[in-house]
Amino acid sequence: MSALRLEGVSKHFGAIHALSDVSLSIEPGEVIGLMGDNGAGKSTLVKVIAGNFAPSAGEIFISDTRVEFHKPLDAQRAGIEVVYQDLAICDNLSAAANVFLGRELTRRIGPIQILDYARMRIRAGELFARLKSETRPRDLVKRMSGGQRQAVAIARALLSDAKIVLMDEPTAAISVRQVAEVLNLIRYLSDHGIAVVLVSHRMPDVFQVADRIAVLRRGRLVASKRAADSSPEEVTGLITGAIEFA
Amino acid sequence: MSDQGKRNSVPTAHSLAEVIDQSEHRGLLSRLTSQQTFWVFMAAMLACLALSLLTDTFATERNLFNVSRNFAFVAIIALGMTAVIASGGIDLSVGSTVVLSSMTVAVLMSAGMPFWIGIPAALGVAILLGAVNGILIAYAGMPPFVVTLGMLSVARSLAMVLSNNKMIYQFGPDHDLLLALGGGSTMGLPNPLIVMALLAGVTGFIFKWTRWGQHLFAMGGNENAAKLTGIPVRQLKVSVYVFSALTAGITGVLEVGWLGGVTTNLGQGMELSVIAAAVIGGANLAGGVGTAFGAVVGALLIEVIRNSLILLGISTFWQGAFVGSFIVIAVAFDRFRSIRQQG
Repeated sequence: MSALRLEGVSKHFGAIHALSDVSLSIEPGEVIGLMGDNGAGKSTLVKVIAGNFAPSAGEIFISDTRVEFHKPLDAQRAGIEVVYQDLAICDNLSAAANVFLGRELTRRIGPIQILDYARMRIRAGELFARLKSETRPRDLVKRMSGGQRQAVAIARALLSDAKIVLMDEPTAAISVRQVAEVLNLIRYLSDHGIAVVLVSHRMPDVFQVADRIAVLRRGRLVASKRAADSSPEEVTGLITGAIEFA
Repeated sequence: MSDQGKRNSVPTAHSLAEVIDQSEHRGLLSRLTSQQTFWVFMAAMLACLALSLLTDTFATERNLFNVSRNFAFVAIIALGMTAVIASGGIDLSVGSTVVLSSMTVAVLMSAGMPFWIGIPAALGVAILLGAVNGILIAYAGMPPFVVTLGMLSVARSLAMVLSNNKMIYQFGPDHDLLLALGGGSTMGLPNPLIVMALLAGVTGFIFKWTRWGQHLFAMGGNENAAKLTGIPVRQLKVSVYVFSALTAGITGVLEVGWLGGVTTNLGQGMELSVIAAAVIGGANLAGGVGTAFGAVVGALLIEVIRNSLILLGISTFWQGAFVGSFIVIAVAFDRFRSIRQQG
């Protein structure tokens, strides 16, 4: 059973073919590194999977069931979580509030629903402990390191019991030590049966965590092979077009 | 820290998390002093004390009654303005909403309508203005500054059309009721002050304890994030401008009763005092920060300063200079603090 399967997915914007006939399958717990030059179609593919764009052609399956997303919420309900490059986090709120943003826990006092801060803090604390992150639920995100912020974003994915986590350039703007933290978080997700699609420009990061490398060039999937059978040199060749196909 | 210091601290603390927790939850006093609201409150109290000592007119019952009522009007709208500012917007139309709301109630009641039709109609008009603001901002994607600036002009003009620019001071059969509502007092406290206290309590509760409040601050902090997590930011925006307009509408109704008559220059320039009150009370114009208590304290400081200028015999022409400088000082204060935090 695959966690996510794309069959012949294409996306056209007028005359521009952002994605042409992409077929790809990801197993539960698999980490797939999605690589390609700027404009190769990585973001478009992520957005199609996340429900931001409907594909012009092709089908998407989750756990072998065909799905159609009309909006991001549909994808979220189907078990797809996206960790955006800018993390989509509110600096002015606490870590716990961010984890529960848009799906706050409430309790009833008479006729009114009030936020259940205690329960949210406890749940968020459990998630951070599972992620082995030193993030504290009450802290404002404003005062956190890049790695802790990643933990907040990933805790959000765990909260919803996501089957697939899409990560868009998670290591682009953080320090070396924090990159290691993020890669550990990715391994944690994978160990718990969650499939991860890692979009990145950083070759070393991808080769450290990815089980498989998929390369897009001008909207076409030109490679999808085990990381162990590939090499940074080959992938560079595939990205630039020096190697036609692998 | 020296080795000895470390060893000494170990037996009292059971785990790293607890130590961190202790350092986070500092004493009440140090937490208080880190709040802008605290210092503004202290400044207002200090000003009151100084005025009581320097003049024999400040601490009179009559003056305090007046100050508290004036302050209540600004504070009520500052609650709505704080919601708007915390959500990342601005509402310049509140002063005009006040006049249109009071003109609506005045025109209807002077035409013989009862109290219970006039007031809901006035509040309804205010809500409508807020909804128009909100829809243009949220759905047409127009900047709040432009939309509400336009509304500032439109609403005041409508009030002139409605009244033919005449003063209205006869309010039909329920004349006395309307005057008692805004001008009277209950248990020695002016009614507007009581309304303000109730609204401040409710607003504070909503900000802290409801999803609406949480989403509002999330949207002000990072609108894109709020959208991505599935918060309906458009409806939320409309509701925020409706809330702000409603506070202005309530003030409009109360002000008619207090003044005993309405002219079309009511509430002119009031947006400035209200925005000043919200900002002085800690609302951040960049969005995401603000409290109900802060709005009230900010309004209190402005009103006390304004009153002191009058009592100390300083020309009222100076009022604008003071209120304007206060906004700039409050924002500068906030800038310095955030620079210090970053650096």
